[in-house]
Amino acid sequence: MSSDPDAPYRDAPSVEAHSLAIETRGLTKTFGRQVAVDSVDLAVPRGSVFGFLGPNGSGKTTTIRILLGLASPTRGSVSLLGRPLPAGLAATLPRVGALVEGPAFYPYLSGEANLRRFDAANPVGHPSTRAARVATALERVGLAAAARKRVHAYSLGMKQRLGIASALLVPRELLVLDEPTNGLDPQGTREVRSLVRSLAAEGVTVFVSSHLLAEIEQMCTHAAVMSAGRLVAQAPLDELRAAGSASVTLRTPDPGRAAAVFDDMGLRMLPALDDELTATMPVGLEPEQVVAALVAGGVRVRGFGVTEQSLEDRFVALTGEGFDVAR
Amino acid sequence: MPARPITGALLASELMLQFRRRRTWAMLLALAAVPVLVAIAVRVSSGPPSGRGPAFLDRVATNGLFVAIAGLTLSIPLFLPLTVGVVSGDSIAGEASQGTLRYLLIAPAGRVRVLLVKYAASVAFCLAAVFVSALAGVLIGALLFPIGPVTLLSGTEISPVAALGRLALVAAYVSVSLLGFAAIGLFISTLTDVPVGAMAAAVVLSITAQVLDSLPQLEWLHLWLFTHHWLGFIDLLRQPVSWDSFGDNALVQAGYVVVFGALAYGRFLTRDVLS
Ligand SMILES: Nc1ncnc2c1ncn2[C@@H]1O[C@H](COP(=O)(O)OP(=O)(O)OP(=O)(O)O)[C@@H](O)[C@H]1O
Ligand SMILES: [Mg+2]
Repeated sequence: MSSDPDAPYRDAPSVEAHSLAIETRGLTKTFGRQVAVDSVDLAVPRGSVFGFLGPNGSGKTTTIRILLGLASPTRGSVSLLGRPLPAGLAATLPRVGALVEGPAFYPYLSGEANLRRFDAANPVGHPSTRAARVATALERVGLAAAARKRVHAYSLGMKQRLGIASALLVPRELLVLDEPTNGLDPQGTREVRSLVRSLAAEGVTVFVSSHLLAEIEQMCTHAAVMSAGRLVAQAPLDELRAAGSASVTLRTPDPGRAAAVFDDMGLRMLPALDDELTATMPVGLEPEQVVAALVAGGVRVRGFGVTEQSLEDRFVALTGEGFDVAR
Repeated sequence: MPARPITGALLASELMLQFRRRRTWAMLLALAAVPVLVAIAVRVSSGPPSGRGPAFLDRVATNGLFVAIAGLTLSIPLFLPLTVGVVSGDSIAGEASQGTLRYLLIAPAGRVRVLLVKYAASVAFCLAAVFVSALAGVLIGALLFPIGPVTLLSGTEISPVAALGRLALVAAYVSVSLLGFAAIGLFISTLTDVPVGAMAAAVVLSITAQVLDSLPQLEWLHLWLFTHHWLGFIDLLRQPVSWDSFGDNALVQAGYVVVFGALAYGRFLTRDVLS
């Protein structure tokens, strides 16, 4: 994104507004005393595949509900496809396909009949093309064979696919997918990923939430990380990766002196073993400079290793994710 | 945006959904069973009119057309409010608990349209319920009893065809009687995500209103109760037809539709859909 030739023009406010598919300012939602979403400033560029990461209970679904006008924010503003909410809802929602907190259907209707019902609710879903569009959407998610089966006989993954199909009933500019691969088999997961890629190639902006980092890493151009209701990171994926600092491991009989050198150079020490020190590198410092400084400082270096921090480490560092839900 | 044909599409979808459900058919069948049971019971135990029992019951044996009236009279206090309470109480809460409400809203159906279409579907059910009940009464009455000129409450005799016309008036009256209650059910349905709770609350309310209506100490209240005119269709069985109770009933029902429609609107348009 940084090499985008249009980047300089983005400064003009009107272009800026147009280049964002989703923009929130200070978005806050409280349930009683609990702050589920806390001053979130999202900026989702048009054309991006935007990963919305966060552990369970971090506020992803609540944010998505507000983006789609299902819930109103306690504070803050949202604009969707360049229009402020809630005034712009009726005009923008037909151009937005969404999956919110899992699919939901009329269990006693067939998959096909369910899609027809949701399409009838959409003002831009023209009746004359309905049958064809429903068939195409079912085809696209691999459900053509089960189209006439009642949904209560669908498996979890089939329902998930049907949910995605209902988001694809008409051409969309923005897809908001809340954990789209939940319940899918590995094959289905891959299909969803390739579906997202092909939609992105058609120019659709995709906003996809997940608590699975690997999934986001494989399909997104941008990512944001939520933790306990707050947005703790938001950037193009490459930048997020680069921002992940490396850590060094040093084996030496002189831990005291080594610690002093690390301290001077701005390395952050992690809890150490007897003769092994681990520290995270500040951005911009190269490992060879550290080794040189250690030697110059009279530290006997017996072993020196560099570990690049993975995006996953960074995710854990940002969210402080343990097994327990934060709240 | 072409709002009207689209509302038509959603309404058609809603009606299809409602009348394809087994639950709807089961309730309509139960309503049809009431006049059938009445007719069979009277037929089996047929003797001279005793003058006891609910109104019209003892006239059934003399003329099959009275079966329909007797069936409606028996259904009005409980079976009709029960079924209408189920349909209207479920209307929004059922979609919410199923999760389909959020998908309708992001489709986007529009909250006002959802509310209007749901109410329209409840009204359609009221009409169907009364129609089915009356039709079952006429059919079983024709099967088991003689059909001939009908003696009205005022003593006048009218032809069977004219009597069918009167029955249609009665059916219209009973349908109108349920409109206010359907609006109450709709409002209750916007309050919760638990459909059974909404249905039960609506039904309990209809029974409470009837109990209050029977307490002479609360006479000042009676005119304001949506159940007060429920049995007033008798005035349509006089010669000449007395339209007073039809008008009074329609007015009360319209008042309830306006008030509870507005409450449902106020609630549903601002509510967070979190199910
Ligand atoms: N209807 C509600 N009433 C009260 N609190 C709620 C409600 N919905 C969500 N919350 C709270 O808001 C917080 C955020 O919930 P949310 O569903 O947005 O999380 P999430 O990030 O989508 O989690 P997950 O990954 O499990 O789907 C949670 O702490 C939750 O308890
Ligand atoms: Mg969620």
